[in-house]
Amino acid sequence: MIQVSGAVKAYGDVRVVDGVDLALAPGGITSIIGPNGAGKSTLLSCVARLLDLDGGTVTVDGLDVHRTASDVLARRLSMLRQDNHLTARLTVRDLVAFGRYPWSKGRPTPDDDRLVAEALAFLELEPFAGRYLDELSGGQRQRAFVAMVLCQGTDYVLLDEPLNNLDLRHAVAMMRLLRRAADELGRTVVVVLHDVNVAAAYSDHVVAMRDGVVVHQGAPSTLMRTEVLAEIYDLELAVHHLDGRPVAVPAL
Amino acid sequence: MTLAAPRPTAIAVATATPAAHAARGGRRGLFAGVAAGVVVLSAVSLFVGVSELTPAHLVRALAAAATGTGDAETQRSAMLLLVSRVPRTVAVLLAGAGMAVAGMLMQVLVRNRFVEPSTAGTVESAVLGILVVTIVAPGVPLMGKMAVAAVFALAGTALFLRILRAVPLRSVLVVPLIGLMLGGVISAATTFVAYRTDLLQSLGSWTTGDFSGVLRGRYELLWLTLALTVVAYVAADRFTVAGMGRDVATTLGLSYRAVMNLGLVIVSLVSAVVVVTVGMVPFLGLVVPNVVSRLLGDDVRRTAPWVALLGAGLVLVCDLVGRVVRYPYEIPVGVVVGVVGSVLFLHLLLRRDARVA
Amino acid sequence: MPAPAAGASASTAPADRRPARVLAVLGLVAALCVVGFLTVDARGAWDFVLPFRGVKVVALLLVAYAIAVSTVLFQTVTENRILTPSIMGFDALYVALQTGLVFAVGSARLAAVDPHLRFAVEVLLMVGLAGLLFRWLFTGARRSLHLLLLAGIVIGVLLRSVSSFLQRLIDPNEFAVLQDALFASFNAVDTELLGLAALLVAGASVVAWRERRAYDVLLLGHPTATVLGVDHARTVTRVLVVVAVLVSVSTALVGPVTFFGLLVAHLAYQLVGSHQHRHVLPAAALLAAITLIGGQAVLEHVLGLDTALSVVVELLGGLVLLTLLLREGRR
Repeated sequence: MIQVSGAVKAYGDVRVVDGVDLALAPGGITSIIGPNGAGKSTLLSCVARLLDLDGGTVTVDGLDVHRTASDVLARRLSMLRQDNHLTARLTVRDLVAFGRYPWSKGRPTPDDDRLVAEALAFLELEPFAGRYLDELSGGQRQRAFVAMVLCQGTDYVLLDEPLNNLDLRHAVAMMRLLRRAADELGRTVVVVLHDVNVAAAYSDHVVAMRDGVVVHQGAPSTLMRTEVLAEIYDLELAVHHLDGRPVAVPAL
Repeated sequence: MTLAAPRPTAIAVATATPAAHAARGGRRGLFAGVAAGVVVLSAVSLFVGVSELTPAHLVRALAAAATGTGDAETQRSAMLLLVSRVPRTVAVLLAGAGMAVAGMLMQVLVRNRFVEPSTAGTVESAVLGILVVTIVAPGVPLMGKMAVAAVFALAGTALFLRILRAVPLRSVLVVPLIGLMLGGVISAATTFVAYRTDLLQSLGSWTTGDFSGVLRGRYELLWLTLALTVVAYVAADRFTVAGMGRDVATTLGLSYRAVMNLGLVIVSLVSAVVVVTVGMVPFLGLVVPNVVSRLLGDDVRRTAPWVALLGAGLVLVCDLVGRVVRYPYEIPVGVVVGVVGSVLFLHLLLRRDARVA
Repeated sequence: MPAPAAGASASTAPADRRPARVLAVLGLVAALCVVGFLTVDARGAWDFVLPFRGVKVVALLLVAYAIAVSTVLFQTVTENRILTPSIMGFDALYVALQTGLVFAVGSARLAAVDPHLRFAVEVLLMVGLAGLLFRWLFTGARRSLHLLLLAGIVIGVLLRSVSSFLQRLIDPNEFAVLQDALFASFNAVDTELLGLAALLVAGASVVAWRERRAYDVLLLGHPTATVLGVDHARTVTRVLVVVAVLVSVSTALVGPVTFFGLLVAHLAYQLVGSHQHRHVLPAAALLAAITLIGGQAVLEHVLGLDTALSVVVELLGGLVLLTLLLREGRR
């Protein structure tokens, strides 16, 4: 259970996250959507303790993320950030193996090796395992970072716009993969997404933010309504049903 | 490459409004005020030193000169003034103005706020040149040394520009970094040669600016910097245009290459003269033009007099500080400027942070 | 353990063995350099030569180790491979601090103080000041690498100017004597403080070595390291303390050297082909030892030159930095 209570994060006078209360039950995929500058990524970073809060608390399984020892949390919660630029020249296998650090502290056991191999297999990265990250395409590199995050073996996996820089094919593959991580591996996936249609298609639960607050949450079907979307995006969107799935289309 | 600050250029002058006229008038007044301040400081500079010399001595010496009489004491005062104090003060003013203008020219031509002769390998090359000529032909007069140093400085600057051209995507800060590194490599080579030839001590005198050795007969080369500064002023508009880039310059019918070459020759000659006569003065050409540019923009015609004046004033103040703070000993002006200049440079760097990054 | 048969693990096996092989070769070369330094051109005067050169070798080893380790750790913490403690003005800071102490306390009174105590105080002050300088530059607004590099170089100029300013204030007549401390010399090593220096280096090394795996994680950057459970702020602070101590030691023993660390760290990254600190740190230290001791042996005993090594090293290091900058600009 991720519990956010009265979370506030401000940069100067601007309150990017302005009093968010949120309870995310374990299991499934939760998408956080909203317009640019809504505070989605900031909120996610606060949950992952990458940013300190200016008010309120975040707990994961009852542990206050800003007070609990970092290495304890690292076994429960992992996060993939938007830009993952590395100065170190690492191979894919090295990178994924770092996901085991919270458990192995740099001394990998055979179990760790096995889990690394599994993660590589799960993301179909075996052919590139020995390649350096800077020799990969954007989509492959993104998969390598996801493999690392999954390899960390945490119940909660947070991803900040993992579809950035991915073409349609890779974006779909990534969402299917997250779906499998939730369904087959039993992870709780929280993901910030830009595309409301992608969010509706692949998530179990959607949280919509605007101006630093949560304006709507619930099942995708409750989100995909013209009046709800208008409130979130300030934009007239027609919702059509194609093959039984809701699709929002902006008016021309 | 882009310059962080927009350039208010000649357009602003062309469309001068009454308000602009008033502003220009005010600026003229301010300029006169600052110039008067520099004159006063120069006068003070004449009377600061180990041997006592007061304005009263001066009046007596003048009177004696007018009447053709005078005792030993007045003669001594006149000598001191003519042989040491006046040359020193003039040297300070010329070197300060010259280095500041040279820095400004480099910044305009390379289109980067953070280059100047000592962050582009120019000064280090000049030092290497002097060293080489001292080893190969020790008997060459100062003029010859200066010429060789100038040639080396020109070559070093050309090498710097050549390297820059090899780096397509250069950020504002990479340019001075490359210059500093190039300068570091050249000075390491110079130090090695100097060490092998027992010339480390002489090397020290070229690399640390110091006016204490300035006497009549040993500084006159510096007048050349005045001539070069005047040339820079005459060609000011060309430099401004060239500073807007090759395309703009060509569109305006200017030979970009010719202006560039002229600028580099001026910069190299000034650096060589200053290094030969008084030694290196770090960051001066960087700090003064940046301050002026912030206040007045980058129209060389408008800024050049300010740069020259403030450069001369800053060096004068630093030289006075160096002379007074540990009286009767002296702290070389290079050291004082090193402290003042690097603090100002850091301030420029970190303050501009947001816009540069 | 049975050899991995095929597939994925086979591809990593050579990479795993390479660092070990490189380290073994480097160790051998370093040992040869030490032996060479001790014996070449000794002309049978062993009673005199061995203790004399022995002390020097120990000092050079300490310096090599301190510079190499501090540079690699600093680059890990700052997440780049261009900045080094000396480029950021750390050893200029130490010199300024020494000069400042003389200025504040007075050279006569300071001469009466036990040199060990004085050294210890200097190291303590250095740790504090370096921490402040670093915090000022690296925290708050995220600054670009080039800005930091330029600022570091200018801070170096500033500190050196301040030092020489203070030196002239202290006693202009003794200026020349004092200036010796400002010019790096691997030949005239200050051996008096060797024992204390070795102790400090050992202490710093224990701290660093125990955390070597956490340093590997720091290479992934601040956020990722946090996600992986490494307390970033605390680890970085500890690294900085270690770096400050090591820089103090090397600067106290031989004086400031700007580009040497960059040179050996870069060579180490190239040669080892591994990102792990348990490989990179020893490799850099061994390379530094080879360069210093081997270079000194060749220059001193074969070519008959004196302090020129520092100049040669600075020249090479400067060229390395220039190349790195050019390559980065091209990318």
